[in-house]
Amino acid sequence: MTFCSLLFPNPEQRPSIEPRDTPVFWGDLHLDQIIDAITADKAEYDLQPFFRTPLHDLDTIQYRQEIMRDLAIPALFERIQAFAKQMRAMREHRAQADKLYYPRQKAAWFLDAAAIYCQGVTRLAADLAAGGFTARGLCDFRDYLTRYVQTDRFTAFCQETQQVLDELASVRYRLHIKGQRIAVHAFTADHDYSADVQETFAKFRQGAVKQYDVRFPDEADMNHVEAEVLEMVARLYPDVFSHLETYHATRQDYLDETVGAFDREIQFYLAVREYVTRFEREGLPFCYPQVSPSKDIYADETFDAALAHKLLTTRAPVVRNDFSLTEPERILVVSGPNQGGKTTFARMFGQLHYLARLGCPVPGTRARLFLCDQVLTHFEKEETLENLRGKLQDDLIRIHQILSQATPRSIVIMNEIFTSTTLEDAIYLSKQVMAQISRLDLLSVWVTFIDELASFNEKTVSLVSTVVPEQPAVRTYRIVRRPADGLSYALSIAEKHHVTYAWLKERIR
Amino acid sequence: MKAYLMYPERDFDLGATLPPNASLLTQDLELATLWDAMADGDAFLREVARHAVLDGVSDLDTIRYRQHILADCLNNPSVVRELYALATAAIDGEKRNYWGLFSHYPSTILHRSIAVLKMFADMLTQLTQIAEHHAQQFESEGFTRFFAMVARELGTEYLARIHHHLRDLQFRDGLWMSASLGKGNKGTHYILHRPPTAKQPRWIKRLAAQHPPVYSYVVADRDETGAKALSELRDRGINRVANALAQSTDHILSFFTLLRTELAFYVGCLNLHETLGKKGEPLAFPHPAASEQRRLDFRGLYDVCLALRLDHRVVGNTVAADGKDLIFVTGANQGGKSTFLRSIGLAQLMMQCGMFVAAEAFSANVSEHLFTHYKREEDRAMNSGKLDEEVGRMSDIADQVTAHSLVLFNESFAATNEREGSEIARQIVSALLEKHIKVVFVTHLYELARGFHDKHLANALFLRAQRQADGGRTFTLHEGKPLNTSHGDDLYRQIFKTV
Repeated sequence: MTFCSLLFPNPEQRPSIEPRDTPVFWGDLHLDQIIDAITADKAEYDLQPFFRTPLHDLDTIQYRQEIMRDLAIPALFERIQAFAKQMRAMREHRAQADKLYYPRQKAAWFLDAAAIYCQGVTRLAADLAAGGFTARGLCDFRDYLTRYVQTDRFTAFCQETQQVLDELASVRYRLHIKGQRIAVHAFTADHDYSADVQETFAKFRQGAVKQYDVRFPDEADMNHVEAEVLEMVARLYPDVFSHLETYHATRQDYLDETVGAFDREIQFYLAVREYVTRFEREGLPFCYPQVSPSKDIYADETFDAALAHKLLTTRAPVVRNDFSLTEPERILVVSGPNQGGKTTFARMFGQLHYLARLGCPVPGTRARLFLCDQVLTHFEKEETLENLRGKLQDDLIRIHQILSQATPRSIVIMNEIFTSTTLEDAIYLSKQVMAQISRLDLLSVWVTFIDELASFNEKTVSLVSTVVPEQPAVRTYRIVRRPADGLSYALSIAEKHHVTYAWLKERIR
Repeated sequence: MKAYLMYPERDFDLGATLPPNASLLTQDLELATLWDAMADGDAFLREVARHAVLDGVSDLDTIRYRQHILADCLNNPSVVRELYALATAAIDGEKRNYWGLFSHYPSTILHRSIAVLKMFADMLTQLTQIAEHHAQQFESEGFTRFFAMVARELGTEYLARIHHHLRDLQFRDGLWMSASLGKGNKGTHYILHRPPTAKQPRWIKRLAAQHPPVYSYVVADRDETGAKALSELRDRGINRVANALAQSTDHILSFFTLLRTELAFYVGCLNLHETLGKKGEPLAFPHPAASEQRRLDFRGLYDVCLALRLDHRVVGNTVAADGKDLIFVTGANQGGKSTFLRSIGLAQLMMQCGMFVAAEAFSANVSEHLFTHYKREEDRAMNSGKLDEEVGRMSDIADQVTAHSLVLFNESFAATNEREGSEIARQIVSALLEKHIKVVFVTHLYELARGFHDKHLANALFLRAQRQADGGRTFTLHEGKPLNTSHGDDLYRQIFKTV
């Protein structure tokens, strides 16, 4: 079996053009925050397109999950990270070589880049040969690499690289600086004058010493005087420097294409693993979802990764929630107190389904998720200066677009729509939309203040955000299956804002 | 090269951590007065005195080592002061050249170091001259060794070698160095070689200079970047030698610093000796005994701090308390009890740092540690908070105290009623004695003192502040059993002018 990609077992699935645009629903679901957090330290690998390419087939999801699971093995993870670090160092060296002016310097930086490459690849081949993993993608790449490091092309290249390095390392010369004149002489051994000085005053030594040696700025490039000296040194050692020159001229394309692709693609996995580890360290679990074409779904102890990531930095507790839908249930209708975690719940639902389609682990202890073809969202936008009718119109236009794009395999997430119109309107419109969603057999989450929707038909499931019974003003951020009862939460909100009957009697004079 | 004037085999460390109870000792024994007298206005002398007194030694050899050196100092005060002035001048001279330290240019560091080294070489020469002229006037092991070391280590030949380096470091014949190629083929590992010496025949130098093949490059006169680059290259070459030289000046500086620090202690002693000598107060070298022994025998022991504050001479006490683990001091208020206790503490500290003591004669066993537990004057309220604080301080002492230490109690545990205070103190004192800790306890707690008196302990001594028949105080203490009154009525009458 030949190896083609760590991300796609079948090369035809790879998109011909890597997607660049951020989908609209990313913002609604805070997926942009999640993906930014995952790729934050990986800008050089340009990973965002990978996250903008959700998968459509279960085998590829499986292929990625296998690799992701194997990378949870700390030893393997560290070995691959070490390789990535060397490849990065190699690129930095080549970039430096390009920036420099003097050819003898360019050649030296190029040589170092090549040496790092040889070392990194050889090391990775040996590390992977040690095994300890089962993912198809990794095994195929290991086999490829094992063959590659044995090719003449690679071994001869490594040998020559080492030879040039050794030759340069053997160069030593004497300098005499007097006035404006610098002379370069062949090397003859002589001892270190500073040692003489040290020895003379050693008798005064009283313990710890301060360091007075100046750290010279470590700039890569040379000034013209250094370059002149280097030229003279090159004349002292003509063979060494002509070897370097030939090497530089003939060895430009040493980088293996497949190794280069691996270096980038493996970062998709490393990035996700590093992200997940941040949560796991704080006791927040991630799991590999079972992805299926069935609309019977569930997730236990799951959470909004974008919110949880923020909470991690403040060490605030993260509330976890469950959900499940069994035939014929399709629509989760979430009602309850404001700031009770309803929107968070809706986002979480969308995040889970999207991440699962990337082959990523998802928040929670276990999950079965639907292999959807798209996630469609409509979140209430902030109030604008437009008049209400204009806004309602926009809402309806948008909802219409969604419903016309939706297929029975789509997921639709509605968050507090129709808030800008009369209740009567809102109920009427909502029921209309709900009927359509129902008809399309869509999986859906609907956050609403309209209790009637919670018991719309056999497909709807009522979820309610909860309060602490003794202190109605305190939110638990738990969303539970329960019939919607507008009263208790309305009172608790009134209590919180001091607008109950008793409060208003007291406050209003 | 080490001065070794405080310890036979190690340096005196001004940075050493002082005992945790240093500030309590300072407060309770009024040590500031002692240090001020030793300092005579010199802050450095005061700091050294403070450390020496608080960081005393319990090793008899070291105490005697210092006593002998101090005796030499008392015999040759002007030479000792001259040595101290020399060390001080060397240190001040270095400080004036301080600017170079922060330089980022090895050439600046090198020039600064050469300047400092020239000055140091001069000071070292003076040091050898003092040694040459006065060494035979000194008898102590410490000074004999010191002067011998100066003569041996800083001979003419050695000083010539320093001057030789100082000349070579001008690099009149240019810089010779070797290098290899580092990252990006830039030169690295620059190693400076000693310039060919003037003694070498010209033809050898020429041969060395022309050893083939030779390539050369001359930076053009108007090439400013080139000139800068050239000087940087030169700086890279001399970087390590500049470092070595700067470190060498540091070494010599620290030699002078140590010398000055150790001499400072003796100069402080000289100052104190002169001040007390003018008042006609007696001073004596104490006879220390091992810490396991129980020795305390003195004649005319007085509170040196009180003596420093008063114009007239102060009353000394004479006590023979060899073999005693426990000394109780009871008796009249303002009868000299606190002064007496302080004089014991001060003499103990002064003895253990190698000084003379304020007495006609004094001998005592050294103590491993000295602790004071004094009633706090500022807070007279009798409340549990105060007792809590006092017992807390006792707990601190318990954390640190070891066998053969000395604990001085002054009116401790009086912050409650007499029975309870006595019981607390009784338990504490009994425990300390069993742990081989020597205790001197000044107290009004009659129950406490009488309780121990009634045990007829062979290792306990009871002293009483004397009260004359007319109610006047003599400020001296004599052996006597505790009495059931502290003569507060006297004091009351005196202060309130009642009859």
